Amino acid sequence: MYSDKVMEHFQNPRNVGEISDADGVGTVGNAKCGDIMKMFIKVEDNIITDVKFKTFGCGAAIATSSMATELAVGKTVEEALELTNKAVAEALDGLPPAKMHCSNLAADALKKAINNYLGIETDDSDEDHHHHHGHDEF
Amino acid sequence: MKRVYMDNGATTPTDPEILEAMKPYFTDIFGNASSFHSFGREARNAITEARDSVAKLIGADDSREIVFTSGGTESDNYAIKGVAEALEKKGKHIITSSIEHHAVLHTCQYLEKKKGFEVTYLAVDEDGMVNPQDVKDAIKEDTILITIMMANNEVGTIQPIAEIGKIAKEAGVTFHTDAVQAVGTIPVDVNELNVDLLSLSGHKFNAPKGIGALYIRKGTKVAKYLHGGAQERNRRATTENVPGIVGLGKACEIALNTMDEKSAKLTVLRDRLISGIEEQVDYVKLNGHRTERLPGNVNFSIRYIEGESILMKLDLEGIAASSGSACTSGSLDPSHVLLAMGLTHEVAHGSLRLTLGKYNTEEDVDRVLDVLPKVVTDLRAMSPIYNG
Repeated sequence: MYSDKVMEHFQNPRNVGEISDADGVGTVGNAKCGDIMKMFIKVEDNIITDVKFKTFGCGAAIATSSMATELAVGKTVEEALELTNKAVAEALDGLPPAKMHCSNLAADALKKAINNYLGIETDDSDEDHHHHHGHDEF
Repeated sequence: MKRVYMDNGATTPTDPEILEAMKPYFTDIFGNASSFHSFGREARNAITEARDSVAKLIGADDSREIVFTSGGTESDNYAIKGVAEALEKKGKHIITSSIEHHAVLHTCQYLEKKKGFEVTYLAVDEDGMVNPQDVKDAIKEDTILITIMMANNEVGTIQPIAEIGKIAKEAGVTFHTDAVQAVGTIPVDVNELNVDLLSLSGHKFNAPKGIGALYIRKGTKVAKYLHGGAQERNRRATTENVPGIVGLGKACEIALNTMDEKSAKLTVLRDRLISGIEEQVDYVKLNGHRTERLPGNVNFSIRYIEGESILMKLDLEGIAASSGSACTSGSLDPSHVLLAMGLTHEVAHGSLRLTLGKYNTEEDVDRVLDVLPKVVTDLRAMSPIYNG
């Protein structure tokens, strides 16, 4: 069901991790499916020089996060803001239709990180996945 | 790379001995069991023998109480719609549980939405167990059917069917159990269980896919399901799947002779897998009842990671398993069974089901115990909600 490119990025995800002195951080989540993505960016002279991610989610969620980081590095802030979830999916040779809604949030996470860098307040309504963070420690 | 198959709850490979028993019925003994001539008689005799084997395995008094079907889903549909149609003048209330297989739940929902029935979906406890007292309390004047599964396909919890059956019997309500996961693996006796109808499926215990049976206790009112010829004592029209029926008969015969041994072996492997995972992986929770569970069922919630990712990583290592994660199915909701047991969405998304079958070995278990902790560590390293 997944393209070879999705499988490749799932197996060898690029840019996993955190940037401790990040210039911008963005988290997005999808309540229903449960995917959560966190993006960290470094910006120098308006160019995105480094992107790292952490993702809780399915194969498509991990692959789209990985691809989005690759697409963003080297772009200007304005160019990176133009990046869409659709473009990320296309770069991976497509995703199954159901995965377009529930797992391809990578461009949104990136946009949120950039807005954070730019000091723009963003709507947190898409982070209602926190409702599902249970207290059932085990 | 040696592949490890641990998805026997989904389906099992056909036993070579069963395949051998079936082979002549594709070529040499190919007659239509409804035909008058000797070719037909040969096929009919084979069906009779298989029917006896099925009846014997589940303790039916009379083999004529067995109707062959295409599998568990058809048996469940036949039982529920059949009783509903036969008894709708008496009442339109059905009792089931919230953790049934979709073959039962969707059939009940169909009757509710399209036929005006009222269905009570009983809640379960955190182990996925139905409380017999809840069944008793739910019975009303117009209750015509109780349908509760014998063993859950996802978490393996075995229900107190005999007790529920006794309650149904005392109340004079028809009782059906979906025993698809149970038959061939644990002892099933329709009289001890007090059931009027029981569904079973061949491919869950090493017979081929596409063959199952419905036990219908003598005297139980069930409306005819398929219309056409007079096959199966006029209860299910359509030319009999003779090779499949022979295969199911053989599977029942083998199960009768080897069940104790198989069950003991699977229990040892299961417990080794459960304790191994609990020792090596932190933040895990066993789903389902710890002791009242199918011998081959292991189901864990693994926190901070998601089920499909676990399955994909395991698959890349040659290990086949399944998950209650939404992302592995067409729907976006995680397993209705795990949610009914009180798990949050996030935890339910991270579930892993490993189901053992008779061909699994200790080496298979060791391989999973070798691979799984690394898979979990890798995925958690990537998870924004895991903090070491």
